[in-house]
Amino acid sequence: MTPIPMRTLGAMLFAALFIVHGLARADLALDTRLKKLETELRCLVCQNETLADSNADLAADLRKEVRELAVSGKTDDQIKQYLVARYGDFVLFKPPVKPETWLLWFGPFVMFAGGVAVWWGIMRRRRRDAAPGPPPAGEDGAVTRARALLDG
Amino acid sequence: MIPELGHFALIVALLVAIVQGVLPMIGAARRDSALMAVAVPAARAQFALVALAFGCLAWSFVTSDFSVQNVAVNSNSHLPLRYRFAATWGSHEGSLLLWALMLGGWGFAVSVFSRNLPQVLRARVLAVMGLVAIGFLLFMLAASDPFLRLVPVPPEGRDLNALLQDPGMVVHPPMLYMGYVGFSVAFAFAIAALIGGKLDASWARWSRPWTTVAWSFLTIGIALGSIWSYYTLGWGGWWFWDPVENASFMPWLAGTALIHSLAVTEKRGAFRSWTVLLAILAFSLSLIGTFLVRSGVLTSVHAFATDPARGTFILGFLAIVIGGSLTLYAFRAGAVGAGGEFAPVSRESMLLGNNILLIIALASVLLGTLYPLFIDALNLGKISVGPPYFDSVFYPLMAPMIFLMGVGPIASWRKARIPDLWTRLRWAAYVAAATGVLAPFAMGRWKPLVALGLLLAAWVAGATASALLQRLRAAPQRGIVAKLRANSPAWYGMLLAHLGVAAFIAGVTLVKGYEVERDVRLDVGQGVEVGGDTYTFRGIVPQAGPNYDALVGTVEVTRGDRHVATLRPQKRTYRASGEVMTEASIQSGILGDHYVSLGEPVTAQGTSGAWAVRIYVKPFVDWIWFGCLLMALGGFTAIADRRYRLALRHRLASVLGAAARGAT
Amino acid sequence: MKLLRWSLPLAIFIVVAGFLYVGLFRDPHEVPSPLIGKPAPAFSLAELHHPDRTLATADMRGQVWLLNVWASWCVSCREEHPLLVALSKAGIVPIIGLDYKDKPEDGLAWLGGNGDPYTESVVDLDGRVGINWGVYGVPETFVIDKAGIIRYKQIGPLTGDALNRKILPLVRELQKS
Repeated sequence: MTPIPMRTLGAMLFAALFIVHGLARADLALDTRLKKLETELRCLVCQNETLADSNADLAADLRKEVRELAVSGKTDDQIKQYLVARYGDFVLFKPPVKPETWLLWFGPFVMFAGGVAVWWGIMRRRRRDAAPGPPPAGEDGAVTRARALLDG
Repeated sequence: MIPELGHFALIVALLVAIVQGVLPMIGAARRDSALMAVAVPAARAQFALVALAFGCLAWSFVTSDFSVQNVAVNSNSHLPLRYRFAATWGSHEGSLLLWALMLGGWGFAVSVFSRNLPQVLRARVLAVMGLVAIGFLLFMLAASDPFLRLVPVPPEGRDLNALLQDPGMVVHPPMLYMGYVGFSVAFAFAIAALIGGKLDASWARWSRPWTTVAWSFLTIGIALGSIWSYYTLGWGGWWFWDPVENASFMPWLAGTALIHSLAVTEKRGAFRSWTVLLAILAFSLSLIGTFLVRSGVLTSVHAFATDPARGTFILGFLAIVIGGSLTLYAFRAGAVGAGGEFAPVSRESMLLGNNILLIIALASVLLGTLYPLFIDALNLGKISVGPPYFDSVFYPLMAPMIFLMGVGPIASWRKARIPDLWTRLRWAAYVAAATGVLAPFAMGRWKPLVALGLLLAAWVAGATASALLQRLRAAPQRGIVAKLRANSPAWYGMLLAHLGVAAFIAGVTLVKGYEVERDVRLDVGQGVEVGGDTYTFRGIVPQAGPNYDALVGTVEVTRGDRHVATLRPQKRTYRASGEVMTEASIQSGILGDHYVSLGEPVTAQGTSGAWAVRIYVKPFVDWIWFGCLLMALGGFTAIADRRYRLALRHRLASVLGAAARGAT
Repeated sequence: MKLLRWSLPLAIFIVVAGFLYVGLFRDPHEVPSPLIGKPAPAFSLAELHHPDRTLATADMRGQVWLLNVWASWCVSCREEHPLLVALSKAGIVPIIGLDYKDKPEDGLAWLGGNGDPYTESVVDLDGRVGINWGVYGVPETFVIDKAGIIRYKQIGPLTGDALNRKILPLVRELQKS
């Protein structure tokens, strides 16, 4: 066996360390990515838990499956599609945008627009008499003065 | 004998509730003092009877009387005393009894603290509460009898659900129900006012403290539930937008809007019909929440026994109470009147904006919670709506509201000037901007959403501090104590609650932005570095609890050579039911938590082999609950003000009266 | 017009209450399979009784068959088992058993004790086939037609009602075509 020169050995060791380190980092990145993905997926057997959090058997199997798919190079969307094909939209905690869910997704923003319109409408109505109005109904001067005192 | 006594007490309580609900209402319509006078003793008697029934059930649980079905199913003689007691409300029937007890308790409180109310209003308020109580007592007696006997008597009980054997179970439900049910008072005031057609500033003044107390309890209740799920579910989540959580959050949002709207109605006479609607809404959502939890129409992580027949009953009850009050509202609200005027830039307009945003947020939560049900009912399939949806809808709606929170307390009523506001708030704006830009660097990594969250938190905190400083500086008194005394507790309560919101936002932002979650496989003696600390697994030892067998892991946390914490997460197997629970071990601190929970053994050796361990670092997570506590404290501070003010008003009235007599 | 405006909250409540009422009679735990109307996911698995032989979905082409997912550790499988045994005696339709995430020896012992209704049983050791079929709660029963399309899925234990009202009429209809 030919002895390996010290320098080459050092370089190899360094490279090996680098690869191991890099692998560990890649592993961590994958873990983080999967963790995030799994929190958007619903465990089917348990009541209302994410795939990431569930201790159920099936959840563990599905996590394994998801990890294998990720390692084989599938994107998050492809992995989701894989699960949806088997279990339906139910597995997605973030429902896809489609006609049935338009109300769900756009409803709040339509309501927001409506809210702004209502606010604006009320302002216009109230501004018509912008001059200081009479004191609040049902109170005479004495009470108002007393209240001013109390409110300090 | 004791269970029969309890059952009998419930029957009598029902009869008394009918008297309480009907006679004073008739009396109020006919201006018949004698009939109206029935309300107070009836409300007190009803409370005493329900309390007796509750005491009987609690007694059956504490003494492990397994001849009572409810006890046999939900308790066990090896259960520690505090959980035997808490098991009283651990079942469907028991939790309804707790509901009824709280309702009776609030009715009792109203009967005691309402001496200053006009007789008609007092009679109507108590009558409405009696009518609500009828529904619950009838439901219990007809479909959910907590005192049902069992023949033959089993020698041992089946045990309380392991998830519920926790200190959280002792404190969370009573607090939550105090809040939920407390909104019944504001509701009763609203209905009484709609019936009487008199909805003025004094009406708002009377119902305001009740609303604030209920809201404060609800805030604590929700926070306790959040803490409980944080350490008990084993995955470090503190809020999951689960239907059951949403069911408690929706009344909270409505109650928050109501508190602010009541302020405007009281001070300025405006928003009256809106305030009444919110009062109805807050309690209606409490009822709907009860329905969602009890009927099983939605899947939730929180385990409850469910039954469609009972669901039908509660739904019928809801239809009568909510449908009836909204019908009354539809006919009467138009006659309520508009109240004082205000400009587009004024405290009123901002509170209006706050209300609109809160209600839209509430509607969004309701939409997301019920949407799976809508889709299923229309046969369009099954979908899930979870945290990603709520996060992406709720936070954008809250951001403008948080902005308004800074400006509102400083703006003057009726009309405010923007240049003025800017002068008074510019320091808060500078601080907020600086915090948003710089603080994320201190955490190690700059993230836009963290910057936004911290900016908003600092904005609220800064604006609140500015409001305080400016008020103190402007006060004519000399000396800091006198200056502090010059402001009302209600105002300090508001500041405190707003500071709570700031702390809450900071906590949520930081934990969401920088939490680290690692699921690792650890051999005995092996360590892993998470978030700069090393977590070393020291092995597992079996340990027997009172009614469970635990495997206790030891995980040592070190930073460099420094010892940070020794954590002992457990995995418990409850003997009676065989249920397995994880108990996370947490080292809490102002800067964050070290959180460790046990997964499963990885190798076949069991206790001596490797285990899957979940290690979480949760920066600033405790700020979330600290913020909630501040909010609740703010609420309690604000009502401390009431007594003081009422007393002062009495004194003022007598002084004025004396002066008037002196003048003539 | 005015009354309409003040009635809006009532209207919203009525709609919500209507949905809640319908929801009472639905089971939120039951997730319909997206695989219905789709080709059955192919598998080729070792037979429980003859580990050296394999059975594949392709072998079942041309006939209507049932796939029953079961396991020896599954408690509610006991509940439906007598129905399966009776069905198998009637000889109307072949039943393939999928022994899901189970040790073959446990599965064999269980069938020995409770009776074996299956035309053939195959073993899904790691649960991979279960995932492909969208199995989430054992027992589950699928009806597959001659062309290999999944036509129906029963989640949870079979009941006499489900069998007589849905599964058997469907099987007869599919067998005719």
